[in-house]
Amino acid sequence: MNRRRVAEGIARALMAASVATVLAVLLLIIGTVIVRGVPAMSWAMISQPPRGGFYLGKEGGILNAILGSLAITAGATALALSWSLPVVLCLNAYLPPRSPLASAARFALDVLWGIPSIVYGAFGFVVMLWFGIGASLLGGIIAVALLIFPIMARAMDEVVRTVPQELTDASYARGATRLETSLKVVVRQTLPGLVTAVLIAMGRGIGDAASVLFTAGFTDSIPVSLFRPAATLPLAIFFQLGTPFPEVQARAYASALVLTALILAISAAARLFGHRYSRHVVR
Amino acid sequence: MHRRVRVRTDRIAASAMRLCAAGTVLLVVVIVCALLLKSAPVLARHSIWTLLGSSSWQPLRGEFGFFPFLLGTLWVTGTAVLLAVPLSLFTAIYLSEYAPAAVRRLAAPLVDLLAGIPSVIYGIWGVLAVVPLVRDRVAPLFGVSSSGYCVLAGGVVLAIMILPVIIHVAAEVFGAVPRGMREASLALGATQWQTVTRVVLRKAMPGVIAAVVLGVSRAFGETMAVLMVAGNVAVSPRSIFDPAYPLPALIANNYGEMLSVPLYDAAMMLAALLLLAVVVAFNAVSRCVLARIERGMR
Repeated sequence: MNRRRVAEGIARALMAASVATVLAVLLLIIGTVIVRGVPAMSWAMISQPPRGGFYLGKEGGILNAILGSLAITAGATALALSWSLPVVLCLNAYLPPRSPLASAARFALDVLWGIPSIVYGAFGFVVMLWFGIGASLLGGIIAVALLIFPIMARAMDEVVRTVPQELTDASYARGATRLETSLKVVVRQTLPGLVTAVLIAMGRGIGDAASVLFTAGFTDSIPVSLFRPAATLPLAIFFQLGTPFPEVQARAYASALVLTALILAISAAARLFGHRYSRHVVR
Repeated sequence: MHRRVRVRTDRIAASAMRLCAAGTVLLVVVIVCALLLKSAPVLARHSIWTLLGSSSWQPLRGEFGFFPFLLGTLWVTGTAVLLAVPLSLFTAIYLSEYAPAAVRRLAAPLVDLLAGIPSVIYGIWGVLAVVPLVRDRVAPLFGVSSSGYCVLAGGVVLAIMILPVIIHVAAEVFGAVPRGMREASLALGATQWQTVTRVVLRKAMPGVIAAVVLGVSRAFGETMAVLMVAGNVAVSPRSIFDPAYPLPALIANNYGEMLSVPLYDAAMMLAALLLLAVVVAFNAVSRCVLARIERGMR
């Protein structure tokens, strides 16, 4: 009898320790970024592109990387959305649940979801070589779109699957086509979840470095053309941290602060929109 | 008249959407074929077993032995899994079995937040916090000197990165165990912990394994954070204080110069293909298990 009580106590202690460790690590990581990043932060950091000698510790900022990351993420999100929404609607409204295409597509999404971003980067690079495009904003957009497409599609699929059958049946009974039902009933019903799925995918896209390493390249100028290289925040952090100069390394911390702030903003937006858009949802 | 237009629009949309769904399947095939095609030259030169088993990495002489990199990946991933599995399972059990509803509601977004932090940020934190800790405290404790950029540092950073993956999936699997089973066990006089280990864990075991496998496959392909803290020396590590050079880091580091050396790009593509094969196999297995559980619970 007593041994059971002791085991219960030990287990509870271990669980408390584990939860505390996980929370402490989260706080430590965000704390480290803030403590190191804030002193190195300045208005010039986020309002100017790098000037001459930036990587030796001279003037300039990371505007090129901020704009590049935003451009790549926006483009990739739009591209991934225009592919994943049809796939998800098709899986749920057009194909019978046990159809070969539906199971093949769901399995393909699982496989794609698991592919590491570096492999997307390598694959994107091969495709670009075939089409004769060099490292460019367009290449980065395509690679990141490939990376976030399965994340977005699977999150959306999970949401759309929860739509009650009565709701779609009611729509069909009124004579609506499958397309009308999908767009006017299913999408409206699941809008909060869909927005959250898009934002989650966006967060993954903006923070990923390995996929843009070869496809988007890096440049000190602000992105203006789809066919020129573009800088990204994760790579800016990586390169700045790799220099031997403490001033430049401090800028890596400031850049990390910017990236973390963007991620936190996106994840807060995901939660907020999840509540905001829920007023059309039939419960 | 409207009716015909509407039905025709619906038909067109149906074929367009079907094309998108088929495109998803096709994409997997295209990725595998592209990598196979691109790595064919190096596979024609050496057999796959020589490439995997040899330790001689001399691209300029056309020798590509992947063994040190494979071993580096295994060491780092293994360390990460050993650290992450107990931590994440205890946390998942606490969240699903013990925690009050308020804690659960608070914890979910925090775990998601941990999952959303980019790998470069984990890398920076590894360089600032984990590497010095290993160099100044942990390594001297064991009487060895280490630069800090080693298997252990890479493993710790990776472990933290896969924590949220395992916690999330495991908590979901525990949640799918029917409440009645717990109640039956508690009614027979079992303590809560006995219920967890003998009823919930036993019932959820396949799902827990699937969760861990998902975490492992995530660790296997993770690039930037490991690249920043694992040391990147192309020698097989002998202890957790030795530097390691995992496969993803190899690809990331050598992409720039590989086009100038013959067969080098093919070898890099082979590395990517290896990574893909392992990760896809792991994922497919765990997804199948999870899908079966989901169906069984319905």
